[in-house]
Amino acid sequence: MSLKNHDGWPQYVVIVGCGRLGSLLAGLLSEVGSSVVVIDLNEAAFDLLTAEFSGFRIVGDAVEIEVLRAAKTHKADCLLATTEEDNVNLMVAQVARKVFNVPKVLARVFDPRREPVYREFDIEAISPTKLMADAFLASLGKKREAEPCA
Amino acid sequence: MRVIVVGAGKLLYYLARQFASKGYVVTLVISDATEALSLSRRVKALVLQGNGSDPHVLEEAGARRADVVVALTAKDQDNLAVCQIAHRMFRVPRTVALVNDPQNEEVFRELGVSVAFSSTQIIARILEERAGFEDIANLIPLAEGRVTISEVALREGAPAANKPLRALTLPEGALVGGILRNGDVIVPRGDTFLRGGDRLIIISRPDCYDRVLRILTGEEA
Repeated sequence: MSLKNHDGWPQYVVIVGCGRLGSLLAGLLSEVGSSVVVIDLNEAAFDLLTAEFSGFRIVGDAVEIEVLRAAKTHKADCLLATTEEDNVNLMVAQVARKVFNVPKVLARVFDPRREPVYREFDIEAISPTKLMADAFLASLGKKREAEPCA
Repeated sequence: MRVIVVGAGKLLYYLARQFASKGYVVTLVISDATEALSLSRRVKALVLQGNGSDPHVLEEAGARRADVVVALTAKDQDNLAVCQIAHRMFRVPRTVALVNDPQNEEVFRELGVSVAFSSTQIIARILEERAGFEDIANLIPLAEGRVTISEVALREGAPAANKPLRALTLPEGALVGGILRNGDVIVPRGDTFLRGGDRLIIISRPDCYDRVLRILTGEEA
């Protein structure tokens, strides 16, 4: 595909939120060769970026369209909204999809009840709460298989 | 009418009071517990303490039967979420959002909010209009921008001054809907003369707007 480089990773990625998740993703994607731009309100947040990170940093509120524009979001193959606030992630994701036509948009959404609403908007919502619940249940299931209750 | 208002502060308080005095059934959703308690004593409205972008809270506020949901918080992302959840999950027919970043006005409309208004824009418009800094004030797009209403000042010596409306060959997609002259409003007919100092209310499709301006004022938009 023309959008992706040889390894199948997106070429140009905008990451909104440089918390633990955002900074981790920024480092990992840098490592596989993607160009990464990270946006965060707070300059100190960039301290979390690892040595692998080789992209750009933008200080600003991604809810403002100007900030997304400064990050050249219209050229992005992919936008990841990873802040701690569901509403920020959902708004940024929708603006990226609708206004900037970013082909792939992922948003972290803590509240799993909202997922169906945003599926309609062509945004992939990833719920850490749900992932964690799945992981817990999977681990419980495995234990049960290994050592069945007497 | 059943109205749910999500927000905080004076704007919420005075709006709630005004709505209640009009006989609307008002429900307020306020995140701060102290403010919620104090408002519940001062306003004739049902007051809920909670996060308005939480679907459960909206449902409890009666979103399924509401006619309008108004979101007035200081965060654009929260106002958008409130309106979208109200509209998508509870089929609220009209949603109104305060937009703090004026550039988000258009974004909100594109994302399905019925009315998005920015106080920055409103104040800027009022200033321009009252101070008369600008010859063109109040450019209001309607019907997704397919028609605009604008107010244009006609200077002395403008091409259209001292001519009857009939003598101007305005394009088909435009008309002069009103004239503001010395504080009066005139609804013009073909034989109404335009005068320098008039402010014209022009209703126009965007594609003929430039031509209309040129015919009336001789200037480009």
